[in-house]
Amino acid sequence: MVLELIPSTLRMATPLGFAALGGIYSERAGVINLGLEGMMLIGAFGYVIGTQGSSSTWFGLLIGIGCGLALALLHAVATVTFHADQVVTGIGINILALGITEYLLPLPKQVGGLPHWELPFIGSYSFIVYLLPVLMVASHILLFKTPWGLRLRAAGESTEALAALSLSRTKWQYLGILFSGLLAGIGGCFLASEVHYFTKGMTAGRGYLALAAVIFGNWRPLSGVSACFLFGFATALELANRWNIPGQLLHSLPYILTMVVLVGFVGTSRPPASLGKMKL
Amino acid sequence: MNIPKLIASVSQGRISQSRKFFLNFISPLLAIFGFFLSCGIVVHFRGQDALEFYRIILLSGFASFDDFGYVLFNATPLVFTGLAVAIGYKSGLFNIGCEGQLYIAAFAAAWIGMHLNLPAFLLVPLCIGSAMIAGAAWGAVPGFLKARYGAHEVINTIMMNFIAFALMNYLVTAVYQEPGQMIPQTPQIHETARIPRLASLTPILPQSNPLNVSFLIACGCVVFCYIFLTYTRWGYELRLVGNAQDVASYGGINPRTVTVWVMGLSGAIAGLAGVAEVMGYRHRFLDSFSSGWGFTGIAVALLGRNNPFGILAAAVLFGLLNKVALDIDILLGIPRGLFFAGQGMLIIWLVCIEGISRKKNGS
Repeated sequence: MVLELIPSTLRMATPLGFAALGGIYSERAGVINLGLEGMMLIGAFGYVIGTQGSSSTWFGLLIGIGCGLALALLHAVATVTFHADQVVTGIGINILALGITEYLLPLPKQVGGLPHWELPFIGSYSFIVYLLPVLMVASHILLFKTPWGLRLRAAGESTEALAALSLSRTKWQYLGILFSGLLAGIGGCFLASEVHYFTKGMTAGRGYLALAAVIFGNWRPLSGVSACFLFGFATALELANRWNIPGQLLHSLPYILTMVVLVGFVGTSRPPASLGKMKL
Repeated sequence: MNIPKLIASVSQGRISQSRKFFLNFISPLLAIFGFFLSCGIVVHFRGQDALEFYRIILLSGFASFDDFGYVLFNATPLVFTGLAVAIGYKSGLFNIGCEGQLYIAAFAAAWIGMHLNLPAFLLVPLCIGSAMIAGAAWGAVPGFLKARYGAHEVINTIMMNFIAFALMNYLVTAVYQEPGQMIPQTPQIHETARIPRLASLTPILPQSNPLNVSFLIACGCVVFCYIFLTYTRWGYELRLVGNAQDVASYGGINPRTVTVWVMGLSGAIAGLAGVAEVMGYRHRFLDSFSSGWGFTGIAVALLGRNNPFGILAAAVLFGLLNKVALDIDILLGIPRGLFFAGQGMLIIWLVCIEGISRKKNGS
């Protein structure tokens, strides 16, 4: 019974996982990224446009990532360079992405999906699905075992430490936000490639759900992506519509769990120390 | 407690007169000007007549009382959500949960309006009151979680938005759906629970015009918020907690208590947007009726510089944009997304200006 749900769990969790990893990079560098939703949406849009224009899904993936990066750059310029409020900027990014995609809405034409790889015992999934665990582990190593990751985290934890090493906080925050745009863009591409077309507002709150997973996973790649699998499973259960549980309850479960964790009833979730604070 | 430090932290909040003038008047006006200019440029590069585009904007909003009535009708919920965001913002809290709060409140109003059959003079205040309490409760929860556990209100309000959406969807499809209907909506509320249309009070509006008395309530709410923030003790406490929390604590104000009631008040005002919809317009609860009013409220508060009268003006502008978006789609074939994209840019532009100014001010 549960085994049947594995394919749809994986499909639900993958875009979330990418966006969540993106959120972790940005928030670890001290910048709240509420724009994940918009970056995913524009990524999905870019994928469809790119694939339609060139009839190559790889080119579509490239364009999708490029679009995600472009929005991330806007977020970075606004929040890091101009010290704009990070929360409001993120919401602005989401509205902007919704507007651009609605304005340029492509004809509802089918596009090809990204290549599927057949693996023994696992089945056939888009290669993006296999990429997620790899990136999850890589992100963990990058963030917690390398000097590079230490500096990125220092941008979010202790500005003084960075300053003492005469490193620029700006640079690391830019990197963190651009990473989040790149990853959210891939998540969006996956979303569009699985359903083969783009529809208005197709991310449907996934960016916010990914943000919840970031918090649920205590701003760590391994637990953050695991949270995405949990959330993905809840969605898969909801779609399977079995055992007579109201779908809406399953739907709101990730949000309730995140609130519980954030409040500290179960375990603790601690944000990076200077998250959301601007350098003066 | 270090007194010189306190004084320094208060005076840091003081901005020079010219910068204040720039931030409060020039920057929003420039942003609006830039918004219309860039929309015109996009229209020009589509190969369409930009002047015709501007003419349609003006005609669509101001050609008749009927048109302007629609503009004000669109503006009504945005006044409430804008005020709700601003009230929170003034005390350093970010209420992104207006969307959820207005749904909960709308449902409360619809539930009372459906189930109780009382004369209007009792039922209308009862519906409005219960809606405000429901909105306040939904808003106060993140406030409490912040005050008691230090959990960030931005995340919790977002989470509670999604919980509210799911809860509403459940209630309206599984419990209170109108019998024999495919549409996820409740039955109508009683006649006596309805807020009358302005068309029934003045002859200048045609009967079809949906503008209703809730717009007057919105105007009253603007005046109330202005007086509340500027002249009352609570308003002073609220602003002090937002500007200088140390000073507030030193003065015997408990910032935690303020956090809880500010979020509650903010939720109650956001809830009035739901009241306007259910009691003033649709006379029933329709699932996902709000087209992002809670989020547009953030833009409205931003453009109105968190001043209640500024918010009224900004809400009317956004009401106009919502109406025009439909007309340019029909008449010129320009997708409504143009205005959404413009709105997003407007928001980012405004926060950037604010950020630069804060940086220069060194506070």
